[in-house]
Amino acid sequence: MDTNISGARVLWESDFTLPLFGHISITETMVNAWIVMLIIWGACIFFTHNLQKVPKGKQAFIEKVIEMLDNLVEQNMGKGCQHYAPYIMTLMLSSILGTLVSMIGLRSVTADLNTTLGWALMTFALIIYTNLRYKGLGGYLKGLLEPIPVMLPLNILSEIATPVSMAFRHFGNIAGGMVISTLMLGALGALSGAIHLPIPLLQIGIPGVLSLYFDLFSAGIQAFIFSMLTMVYVGSARQA
Amino acid sequence: MDPKAFVAGMSALGAGLAMIAGIGPGVGEGYVAGQACSAIARQPEAQSDVTRTMIMGIAMAESTGIYALVIALILIFANPLLGQF
Repeated sequence: MDTNISGARVLWESDFTLPLFGHISITETMVNAWIVMLIIWGACIFFTHNLQKVPKGKQAFIEKVIEMLDNLVEQNMGKGCQHYAPYIMTLMLSSILGTLVSMIGLRSVTADLNTTLGWALMTFALIIYTNLRYKGLGGYLKGLLEPIPVMLPLNILSEIATPVSMAFRHFGNIAGGMVISTLMLGALGALSGAIHLPIPLLQIGIPGVLSLYFDLFSAGIQAFIFSMLTMVYVGSARQA
Repeated sequence: MDPKAFVAGMSALGAGLAMIAGIGPGVGEGYVAGQACSAIARQPEAQSDVTRTMIMGIAMAESTGIYALVIALILIFANPLLGQF
């Protein structure tokens, strides 16, 4: 059995080119992201139609979830930050579902640096905006000179490193898990061939255990960490 | 010797060497988890706070390992050096 690990396939590429962007292409990642969006959209409609004054059933469940999220946001960012909760929830949901689409045989959306870098840049824009709004341009630039002006290059570097490290952390975890799972599957197939089993018997079960860690656990943890870091960075930008 | 084969072999070696960086986060995360354990043993009521902070710290400590992994992945799957021959 041959082992094949590749990046996201390009499904369609435009003949024309745009300045600065080059060819416009539609990749596997984008199509899978659309599927994730459809799932989230469908879940939103399912959970919010026919709302009652006294919650029960699915409404009680979703109210509990939203309440937990609101509490999490309030704990990490302080009071009066509830309006950030929808953004955090969006990040968390698209991250979890984007990783878990691998469970139905599609390529993980987050195993593509473009996705995670896009999210990280969005968060970065939010951090800069919050900084400018609560500290002002002067206050923000002055913050870069602390504790001593000599630290200016290092502070600028650490500002830039924020989105880069967020993006690479999420991408690296998911892509690394994907590579290890695929290599393990190939190795188990080769091993069962080497001990003359008629069918690759060793491929049963063991990759499932790996998938439990690399897909389920990793998806949850990385989504949590990504939204957590967003909350912490934006929250600290609000404090003057 | 075929220079392309030499570069490919050396890149594979480099990818393996890059992953030695996995030692650092491993030691660091183990230490963090151990400290979190003793903190929870001392103050069980602070468990949720300690756990949250621990996960954040682990995520931070993991960055260096992930950078090494990305470099190894680039060396194996998208080698920029091979294009020079």
